[in-house]
Amino acid sequence: MQWLNILIQGSLLGGIYALFAIGLSMSFGIMRLVNIAHGDFIVLSGYVALVVTQATGLDPFSSLAIVVPVMFALGYVLQRGLLNQTLSGGLLPPLLVTFGISIIIQNGLLQGFGAYDHRLQEGAIETASLHLPGGIDVGVYPLLVFAVAVFAIASLQFLFYRTGVGRAFRAVSDDANTAELMGIDNRKLYALALGIAMIFTAIAGVLFGIRTIFDPAAGPIRLILAFEAVIIGGLGSMWGTLIGGMVLGIAQSVGAALDPTWQILAGHLAFLAILILRPNGLFPRTRD
Amino acid sequence: MADHVAGDVAGQSAADSAPVHVERATKASRIFAVLAAVVLAALISLPWWGDIGWMRLIAEMAYYVALAQLWNLLAGYAGLVSVGQQAYVGLGGYMLFYLTGVWNVNVYLALLLAGPFAGLMSIPVSFAVFRLRGAYFAIGTWVVSEVFSLFASLILVLGAGSGLSLTVPILQEISPDRDVRGTMLYLMTLTMSLFVFAIVYLLLRSRHGLALTAIRDSEPASASLGVNTFRTKFIIYVATAACTGLIGGLIFLQKLRISPEAGFSINDWTVVVIFMVVIGGIGTLEGPFIGMLVYIALREFLADYGTYYLILLGLLAIAIMLKAPMGIWGWVIHRYDLQLFPVGRRLKLESADDASKR
Repeated sequence: MQWLNILIQGSLLGGIYALFAIGLSMSFGIMRLVNIAHGDFIVLSGYVALVVTQATGLDPFSSLAIVVPVMFALGYVLQRGLLNQTLSGGLLPPLLVTFGISIIIQNGLLQGFGAYDHRLQEGAIETASLHLPGGIDVGVYPLLVFAVAVFAIASLQFLFYRTGVGRAFRAVSDDANTAELMGIDNRKLYALALGIAMIFTAIAGVLFGIRTIFDPAAGPIRLILAFEAVIIGGLGSMWGTLIGGMVLGIAQSVGAALDPTWQILAGHLAFLAILILRPNGLFPRTRD
Repeated sequence: MADHVAGDVAGQSAADSAPVHVERATKASRIFAVLAAVVLAALISLPWWGDIGWMRLIAEMAYYVALAQLWNLLAGYAGLVSVGQQAYVGLGGYMLFYLTGVWNVNVYLALLLAGPFAGLMSIPVSFAVFRLRGAYFAIGTWVVSEVFSLFASLILVLGAGSGLSLTVPILQEISPDRDVRGTMLYLMTLTMSLFVFAIVYLLLRSRHGLALTAIRDSEPASASLGVNTFRTKFIIYVATAACTGLIGGLIFLQKLRISPEAGFSINDWTVVVIFMVVIGGIGTLEGPFIGMLVYIALREFLADYGTYYLILLGLLAIAIMLKAPMGIWGWVIHRYDLQLFPVGRRLKLESADDASKR
């Protein structure tokens, strides 16, 4: 029963990792951009929510009404004004420009908010739990986060496969030059893509900020977790990313059950093992 | 330095009759070599006329330029953009502390073993990370470094989370006298830096360098011409890891303390190094030197501004990548066709006609 409990808690933990990963997966899938600053955007969203809740008295969930548009706009402008210029010149420019953005966000937050931990307060839901038969307690909040992750991926699948914009995204992903010949304005589409990716980044940042403390230096580990979920799941597969997040969450929970200090390490080791055994991840779709 | 080749190598062109030779040095590079020798002599003699503060700064510059040359070899030539080189700095440092502290190995021997150990560890690492391409390779190497860091923080004999210190008897193996020890460490660091640079320079001038330059310019094209790109990259990865481990050992021999955060610090051992290479000019041998000088100068002038200085560094890297992706030295080459460390081969006609020079 103890192991079933670990399996359930780990899977639920995977929901938040999947949410981390959606933005990273989207920007790679559509514009082949690996955003090194992705983890810092997650943390930045937490700080934006912190400012909004303190300034308006809203609770973190309601603050999403402001945080999401702000992050969408930031993503759109950043891609349009800066990142689009890096996409034609090989591997290094996007990597180093997002690296630079990462340094700027981390030190900007350090300057503005200090090195202290922060957390978003959502009240009773944080500690509520459901009692399942067999003595297993499931937290309401992790369950909610997992449901949000499933809903987010389902809505992205709908966007990609059932709408005109989604068709354009897939076309650009398959062959950017041909898509442009067919009348798609790639630069606008890329900007929209990073904007949409930022919506999920914002949701992930706020939901995780309620669950766990964050500080200006917390971005890199979130980037790594998101990256591991994407690679374990297989590039380009959204549902694969959810499974990847769950595998990571379960590995961490198993590690933590053996010894609490092993939690993060167990996740990394699971990632490396999968990388060696199945280099393309569990459900590969696109190739780079 | 000119390798003379037979005239008919040039082919059936108009230059057929003119004797042709391949130049491997330029006038600028010969003048610069003399200048560099003078500067080097001054640096070697520094302990006899400079103070300890200068020696510290120069030693820091020496190991940073070595790290930058190695990262440039990886990213600028072999196309292996690693953000996990701190793994080998940390491994080298920990190996030195472990061997001297736990096994009472002589400090020089331990230092010499630190490099090969890091190289050895990079072989299994490469099995995992070489499965990833491009930017994913970058993050993969970062994960590996995190794994080493987490292991170091769990292993009790390595001091777990709090790390290890070098004890006085170990330092006295170098010299019982504090000043002499400082001089020894300074000269060792300078020698190591020169050694690393010599390896990189000679490698790039050799036929392997030709293969590497071809990979830098186009990987598919070089593969189609018969360059074994995988083997070349693998050798470069392991060799840079070994050199990085040696540098790591020397760095922490001077710092006297190592902890998981300090040893495997991505900011200190990789981010800063990437800035140097990018600002100076990636894919050139001169770039890392210039980038290191720019970085140290910025840091000395802006140290009082704390985080603003790092923000400025981030902005500078972005601006360079967008406006001059080849960095300061790339701009100089483009403008003046200057080469201080020539690694290429230039075909010259010995006769007076300037057709070949255009």
